[in-house]
Amino acid sequence: MHPVIPYVTAALLFGLGVYGVLRRRNAVLLLMSVELMLNAVNLVLVTADASVVGAHATGQVFALFVIVIAAAEVGVGLALVLQLYRLHRNIAVDTVALDDGSLDDEPVGVG
Amino acid sequence: MTTADVLLFGLGAVAVGAGLLVVTTKHVVRAGLWLVVTLGATAGLYLVLTAELVAWVQVLLYVGAVVVLLLFAVMLTRAPIGVSYDLDRPGWPALLVGAGSGLGLGALLVDAYRWSTVDLPATGSAERLGTEIFRSWVLPFEVLSVLLLAALVGAIIVSRPDIGERR
Repeated sequence: MHPVIPYVTAALLFGLGVYGVLRRRNAVLLLMSVELMLNAVNLVLVTADASVVGAHATGQVFALFVIVIAAAEVGVGLALVLQLYRLHRNIAVDTVALDDGSLDDEPVGVG
Repeated sequence: MTTADVLLFGLGAVAVGAGLLVVTTKHVVRAGLWLVVTLGATAGLYLVLTAELVAWVQVLLYVGAVVVLLLFAVMLTRAPIGVSYDLDRPGWPALLVGAGSGLGLGALLVDAYRWSTVDLPATGSAERLGTEIFRSWVLPFEVLSVLLLAALVGAIIVSRPDIGERR
C-alpha cells in the first residue's frame, strides 16, 4: 500500500472544502463544504493509523471522535440556519447584517 | 501496484470527483446527493485501510444522519428544486485559496511520502478499537457524550422562538 494515494486524496478533498466554504452563498451548501473538510481530516487520521508502525488504533479513535463532533456541529449549525431562515426568509450568508440593530423588532431565539 | 493501491486510487478518484460536484453543482439537492457519494467512497477507503468500525460508523452517522439532516434543512428553507443561479459568490479568491491549500498540502504530502510502501496491518476489529477507547481514551469519550447533550439542548433552545424572547 502506498500511503501517498489516500494522503493526496485527503489533501484534494480539503482543498475542495475550502473552495466550497469561500464560494458558496447558501448556508446549507456551506455546511456541506465543512463536512468535506472534516471528512478529509478523518481520512488523514485513518491513513496515518494504517501507515505508522506502532500506532495502537489511535488514529481510528480520533476519527471516531471527529465524526461525533461533526454530527453535533451539523445539528447546531442547521438549527441556526433554520432560525436565520425564519427571521429573514433567506439563507444567503453574505446578506446577513453583522450588527444586530436590524433584528431589534423581531423575536430572536436566544435573548 | 497491488490490489489495495488500485482500490485506493479508484475510490479516491470517485471521492474527489463527487466532491468537486458538491461544490460546483447548481442544484442544491444534487449537492447533498453527491455528498453521499463522496462520503460513501471515503467509507470504502476506510475499509481498504483496515479501519472497519470507522467505515461503518461513517456510513451510519455521516451518510445516514448528517446527510438526512442537511436534506431536511434544504427542504425546510424552501430551496428551489431546479437550477438556481444565485448559489455562488465571485469565484476567483475562493479558487485561489482552495486550489492553493489543496495543491499545497498535496505537494507537501507527496514530498514527505514519495512512493514509499507500507504493509497494511491486520484487519482492525471493533474489539481492538473498543479496547483502545475504553483503556486510553475514556475521559475524552465521556466528555464527548456531554458535548452531544449540550449540542442537543443548544439546538432545541436556538430553534424554539418562545424561549428567551426579548421583552
